[in-house]
Amino acid sequence: MKAITANRLTDGRVIYRTAQGQWSTRFQDAQPLDDYAAETVLAQAGRESGIAVGPYLIELGEHAPAGQKWRREGIRIDGPTSGTIRLIEPANHDRAA
Amino acid sequence: MYRYDEYDATLVRERIGEFRDQIERRLDGRLSEDEFKPLRLMNGVYLQLHAYMLRVAIPYGTLNSAQVRTLARIARHYDRGYGHFTTRTNIQFNWPALTDVPAILEELAAVEMHAIQTSGNCIRNTTADPYSGAAADEIEDGRPWAEIIRQWSSLHPEFTFLPRKFKIAVNGAAEDRAGLRVHDIGLQIVRDALGQTGFEVWVGGGQGRTPRLAVKTRDFLEPRDLLSYLTAVLRVYNQHGRRDNMYKARIKILVEALGAEAFIAEVEEEFEAIRDSELRLPDAEIARIRSFFGTPSIHNPAPLPEAGEPGFRHWLKRNRRAHRVDGLSSIVISLKPIGGTPGDATDEQLDIIADLTARYGLDEIRVTPEQNLLLPHVHNEDLHPLWLALKSAGLATPNAGLATDIVSCPGMDYCSLATARSIPIAQAIAKRLEVAGLSEAAGDVTIKVDGCINACGHHHVANIGVLGLDKRGEEYYQITLGGAFGKDAAIGGIVGKGLAGDDVPDAIARILETYLQLRRGSETFIDTLRRTGADAFKEAIYVAQ
Repeated sequence: MKAITANRLTDGRVIYRTAQGQWSTRFQDAQPLDDYAAETVLAQAGRESGIAVGPYLIELGEHAPAGQKWRREGIRIDGPTSGTIRLIEPANHDRAA
Repeated sequence: MYRYDEYDATLVRERIGEFRDQIERRLDGRLSEDEFKPLRLMNGVYLQLHAYMLRVAIPYGTLNSAQVRTLARIARHYDRGYGHFTTRTNIQFNWPALTDVPAILEELAAVEMHAIQTSGNCIRNTTADPYSGAAADEIEDGRPWAEIIRQWSSLHPEFTFLPRKFKIAVNGAAEDRAGLRVHDIGLQIVRDALGQTGFEVWVGGGQGRTPRLAVKTRDFLEPRDLLSYLTAVLRVYNQHGRRDNMYKARIKILVEALGAEAFIAEVEEEFEAIRDSELRLPDAEIARIRSFFGTPSIHNPAPLPEAGEPGFRHWLKRNRRAHRVDGLSSIVISLKPIGGTPGDATDEQLDIIADLTARYGLDEIRVTPEQNLLLPHVHNEDLHPLWLALKSAGLATPNAGLATDIVSCPGMDYCSLATARSIPIAQAIAKRLEVAGLSEAAGDVTIKVDGCINACGHHHVANIGVLGLDKRGEEYYQITLGGAFGKDAAIGGIVGKGLAGDDVPDAIARILETYLQLRRGSETFIDTLRRTGADAFKEAIYVAQ
């Protein structure tokens, strides 16, 4: 199965195509599509220029690629894995130089 | 600092109006994404994994307190509370809405900043030695020349659609802190036999998938001929650079394909034809630009303070640099807290930095290619209160130049080009080395991490480079050894097969432990590596494999 994702034109946020032909920022709302339907819906989404930028297909479930492509999509779903700048305080900051 | 004149202000204001109109036409469908993309890129707007990214130009890495305060406000109101300083001394905001970009650009313009030419196949922001005007080893301040290049190259009609992007750097000191040999053009200020200053010119350097060191094309260029010569180089590149293959489109490929001798001959021929044209710089204009820049002079210079507290003493040792003026010091503000994201600063920190820049820094601060900040001019008597203020803001990590002062590109956590994550690897390395006490023990060494071969994190020129790649769906990391950024620039060599991300911190730790065993006397890491060769470290890297 496949789903369609893109970035939202106004703010670039990650969005997914829903069964209602809308777009949602929630991955859970993505419509699972078989290969044939996926191509058809993707073509339709590509003609709608007002909301989504660069729609493309991603694999779902057991067919999802295990590596880089899916990791990239995982980061798009969950956000950066790196946090922003939070830190641990080094133990030796105040020790004698 | 340079201040905008009416031409600068008008140019930036008109550009904002033009881009605002282009955004409106994109939002209402009059422009397609294919039509809009090159327009937004020319204004610094990328579309990344999670959002748009706005890259703001920081000319030759120089900011004043009002500009830093504006960056803080943009981070707070239009982003998620932080900004990311880059290796080319710009700042990136990772979460702005396209609809907010015109307002952001208005805020930037109010403090004489913009995002023009921070992307696209044009002449990018010119970089310079961050210690310009302060360095004890300075021959001449490079900033006036970087500013002249900025004015000449901004919206230059002939060089707006080059075969690929084009990066220029200026260095005015004996040590090369601008990375001249890995730029498309590197300008080293030198003195001739009569004591006159001019430029030694290097062309054709770059990193990315085909790293090359620049070749010297001129031993001495008269300052007045700077723009004529740059124009000649750009014209030869514009005419012969490959537009059919983006991977072979940089000038480094052209220089290699033609051969340095033939390339130089073509440039010289063009240069001679235009040398005495309107491009010749008038002495009065050079003097006018120079008048914006200077080195502060002080009366009654104070000595360095008594370094009573151990933490203060340690910070002075690592983060202070000698200044050319007695009584002043240059201070590195590390943006490398252990476990943090290299180069990130929060809006609150930026506000504090702005305050400290105004209070202790003679209203001037620099961004460094190491993704740190630098207060170039601090009175010695202000060093202790400055340290206390930085410490309370989490900005006094005493690791400038150490192994935990790691440079990292954004990698797959943000970048749509990345093949692997880089920030978590950098964080894990820093934690591992800090806990083991290796960062302090190993002294000066550079570690740089990239999430793809484009090498925005400069891993090619790191003493220890880490390159994240994808192999059959799994992240893996190549280790390179022996790279260097400055006068002794070198491209690091791959030491062997790639490692899993989890294995990288231990491998780096073992490299440093091996260095500590092998070093003689006061040898730095790179000295030892050059003496022993990389093979001496190979076993340490792969011991557990």
